[in-house]
Amino acid sequence: MSEKYIGRSSQIAARVLGGEMMVMSSVDSTFFTLNEVATAIWQAADGRTPLTEIVVRNVCDEFEVDLETARRDAEQFVSELSHHGILLVSDHPFDMSAGPVEAA
Amino acid sequence: MSLMQEMNERALELGVPLGVHLDVTYRCNERCVHCYLDHDDHGEMTTGEIKDILQQLAEAGTFFLTLSGGEVLMRRDFFEILEYARRLAFNVRIKTNGVMIRKSEARRMRDLGVEQVQVSVYSRRPEIHDAITKLPGSLKRSIEAIRLLKSQGLKVAIANVLMTVNMGEHAGVQALAKELGVTYTLDPTITPKIDGDTSILNLRIPGSELKAVFHNKDLVGNVEEFCAPPPRPGEDVMEGYPCSAGHTAAYITPYGDVFPCVQFPLPSGNVRRQKFIDIWRNSPELNEVRSIRAKDLPVCSTCSHVGTCTRCPGLAYMEGSMRGPSTADCEKSFQRTGILSANMLRQAHAHTHGPLIQIQPLAV
Ligand code: SF4
Ligand code: SF4
Repeated sequence: MSEKYIGRSSQIAARVLGGEMMVMSSVDSTFFTLNEVATAIWQAADGRTPLTEIVVRNVCDEFEVDLETARRDAEQFVSELSHHGILLVSDHPFDMSAGPVEAA
Repeated sequence: MSLMQEMNERALELGVPLGVHLDVTYRCNERCVHCYLDHDDHGEMTTGEIKDILQQLAEAGTFFLTLSGGEVLMRRDFFEILEYARRLAFNVRIKTNGVMIRKSEARRMRDLGVEQVQVSVYSRRPEIHDAITKLPGSLKRSIEAIRLLKSQGLKVAIANVLMTVNMGEHAGVQALAKELGVTYTLDPTITPKIDGDTSILNLRIPGSELKAVFHNKDLVGNVEEFCAPPPRPGEDVMEGYPCSAGHTAAYITPYGDVFPCVQFPLPSGNVRRQKFIDIWRNSPELNEVRSIRAKDLPVCSTCSHVGTCTRCPGLAYMEGSMRGPSTADCEKSFQRTGILSANMLRQAHAHTHGPLIQIQPLAV
């Protein structure tokens, strides 16, 4: 399976409220809240770090989840958010400098 | 409950200013007859000061940010401010008259991920719209801006303030919004000027027109439901608070003054002297606003409309007391349902129970 790279879209708004991350897409106004694990992936989505590395470093190590479960959950999460244009996904590392949004 | 409502409830519990309206300037290229602002620059915040406020708001948990004015584009640094706000991941709405928006501005707003742009239109007839804005050619330019914004894929809303001078125009503006494929909102609220001058209130539409608006299915949807008599207010209503102002929302002027809401000019602090979060948490004024429940309102708590009225505490404050009724909302409740408000009944009572004989001292 080829490696995936994920980055935050420049078309989203995000803020942490009471420990949960709220994310809203300005494209279709979909509104999400992310749990702690999803937030960790979101914050690490810099377009350059491979998804596997994010899963190992920011999910498995931080939340003591086994790699297989964490990877499966992350794939699902990434596919859902990319579907709404909230996360950008590529087979290659990419530059997010054009996107203005910080990790909130 | 929707996810968004859940977030609102959580913000309320946690005391987070989820939505902030920031006017970046009061300067404007239009001179609308109903405008409540003084358009001179009395020392607006600098770019650096505004960026600092935005940083503070992000830290305080603000998610929804409305950038308005005056006309936002009168500030040469507007896009620098907008870019900074978007880098801090706010959900940004912009209110503008659109006159200064060309293709490059529209594209920039889209690239920066603006949630929505709201443009004011008063009539689809230039002779009426331009007479209100006192800027010849303004309607043409505002409509052009809406087209450009729309063609960039941005969400656009037309805001139509309804007053005596454009009373018959709303159907035309609504049709225009439909043609342009944008959202339409109608607002019959005229507020006193910021210096307390109430002369512009005579632009408020008469009761008969308000009644026609409220009974127009194209504007309100289900008329029967919208105009239904109010249900008996339960305990939850009496324990409820009036609106988001001061609870999850705040307003900041171009001079750094903090109010509970753009329509509630209760001076609560200034970000040039204090940190926003200290004002938000500790200002006695905001704490007073937050302490008021419906049961604490001397007149409104006895009113049958209390659970359904749009009573604005800001308008009530401008009439003399933030705990009092807002007569504009009394009129709305009455015209909507045909049922007199407690305030109307009280005034009728006062008139019929005045002193029978008035004795005046003889002029000497
Ligand atoms: S009711 Fe008045 S004070 Fe409250 S949020 Fe609305 S405009 Fe502001
Ligand atoms: S109708 Fe008037 S008196 Fe009744 S709740 Fe509304 S503002 Fe208060």
